[in-house]
Amino acid sequence: MTTTLSRRSDPAASEPRRARTRVGARVTPVRALPMLPAIGLLLVFLAGPIVWAIGGSLTDRALTGVGAAKPEYVGFDNFARLFADPVLPLSVLLTVVFVVGSAIVGQNALGLVLAVLFRAGSRAVAGTVGVIVVTAWVLPEIVAAFVGYAFLSADGTLNGVLALLGLDGPNWLYTLPMVAIILANTWRGTAFSMLIYRAALDDVPPEITESAMIDGAGAWQRLRFITLPMISGTIFTNLLLTTLQTLSVFTLIWVMTKGGPGDLSTTLPVFAYSQAFSFGDIGYGNAIAIVMLALGAVFSFAYVVSLRRRGGLS
Amino acid sequence: MSVAASQSRPRRGLSIASPQRRATRFWANVVLTVIGLLFAAPLAWVVLASIDSAATYQVAWPAEPTLNNFADVLTPELTLRPLLNSLLLSTGAAAVTVVASVLAAYPLSRYRSRFNGPFLYSVLFASCLPITAIMVPVYSLFVQMRLINQPWAVALFLAASALPMALWMTKNFMDSVPVSLEEAAWVDGASAMRALLTVVVPLMRPALSVVFVFVFLQAWGNFFVPFVLLLTPDWQPAAVSIYSFFGQYGTVAYGRLAAYSLLYSIPVLGLYLIVTRGLGGSFALSGAVKG
Repeated sequence: MTTTLSRRSDPAASEPRRARTRVGARVTPVRALPMLPAIGLLLVFLAGPIVWAIGGSLTDRALTGVGAAKPEYVGFDNFARLFADPVLPLSVLLTVVFVVGSAIVGQNALGLVLAVLFRAGSRAVAGTVGVIVVTAWVLPEIVAAFVGYAFLSADGTLNGVLALLGLDGPNWLYTLPMVAIILANTWRGTAFSMLIYRAALDDVPPEITESAMIDGAGAWQRLRFITLPMISGTIFTNLLLTTLQTLSVFTLIWVMTKGGPGDLSTTLPVFAYSQAFSFGDIGYGNAIAIVMLALGAVFSFAYVVSLRRRGGLS
Repeated sequence: MSVAASQSRPRRGLSIASPQRRATRFWANVVLTVIGLLFAAPLAWVVLASIDSAATYQVAWPAEPTLNNFADVLTPELTLRPLLNSLLLSTGAAAVTVVASVLAAYPLSRYRSRFNGPFLYSVLFASCLPITAIMVPVYSLFVQMRLINQPWAVALFLAASALPMALWMTKNFMDSVPVSLEEAAWVDGASAMRALLTVVVPLMRPALSVVFVFVFLQAWGNFFVPFVLLLTPDWQPAAVSIYSFFGQYGTVAYGRLAAYSLLYSIPVLGLYLIVTRGLGGSFALSGAVKG
């Protein structure tokens, strides 16, 4: 993922190539032939399911029973039911809370703070903290989920520390499920934003901040009026990327709360999964999948446009 | 902290070590240490609980450090076969992805076409779509095509889901392989595929290993895809088997859960280290042409 942000167009590649070689010539069907395996894979396993989801959302296909053997066309019944379902607005709201809390506030703000502090702090401290934060990110998602579960459970480490301070911590996973999964996803994902922002800050020419310093700007003013505006493009792109990653988080939530208690941490991926597999309503699960895809498509489109504006493709 | 604060050696070429700067450094170190401890505490649990025979959900120093937890989980059906399954699924997916993206990146990188731009933007667009959103339709598609419980089909799906990002990376890496080297091969009468195999691929070896590891790590850590598509234990990878273990014993056998988590995570941490330290960001190929 990092490569898309730090990509630079290679000057050698954009030079006009000599026409006498075949390199740089127009593509012909034979020359495009090697693209077939990739296109085939993408069509069968990515485009196929999307088309299948649209078809499936119009049937009463079920996991077992009559609906599994002979699904029938039901038109837009699934969508009518979905938009009348009180869990949908709740689920959309919880998804928004999860994205804003863990991706935008958690990962991006904390990642930016860490990247800024790394430049101010001493090298040994910055290096050690960097390794710890990255380790949390490199761990497989399910291990991160166990770790979050252990840390936040009623007799977990967090409540142990709170008890030392004389505070009686709640059962985070049960009483404050959204807080629990937001904390866990922030813990897991901050490294990505931290690495992106560290690279972006390293690209800011020191002459500019130095000249502002000579003009009498304090550390905060330099950050607010010079550094942040200079990396605003990176911030925007990274906000979109982390939003997209967070929209599709399933494992972490499923392991920690299973969407519960009740539906109180049922984000859209958990909603789709439990409708399709716990309640066996594949057609309904497909309809939720379409809503989720549409949401993802909006952010994905914004990401492509923003990258293109910044001259992303050579 | 006082040691760190007294190091007034400036870092970025600034030659002024003012008292104000030293105070900034001190407070930055304090805040960094607090954040570091908060991030380290959950990690400490996995490590300490895995060598503690009486582990709980709290971070605690083991009274008697022991490797019994590891010995208990290291059985063929519990860890060894699932880890082997993970290895096979991830290697298969990564190999398919790398081959498919090298083949597809070549025409995109070397020939002009007005479809290149739109194609690459569609690929980038697809790489951002939430894969979890399509798991329900993928499941019902796999049921229809009788692919449920077929490990090769799951490996192909994992390959396809990583392909947009891998193709995008490979195309950018390939753009930075100088065309002049290939021109020599053209002149010698090599075909396009031959030039790709004998000139471009060897030069891209570091970059391709980055792509390989990137896909491998994604597949190794993926829980949702095999959880939905592989229902019998024979082919389930470690991600799914560790989840079943957690469901059955997670609330009692904390130490063994931590030990299993570590066994499952260590290959990932190792590969990550190799890629970031060893391969040097895959820019080794820029030295191929001088002058």
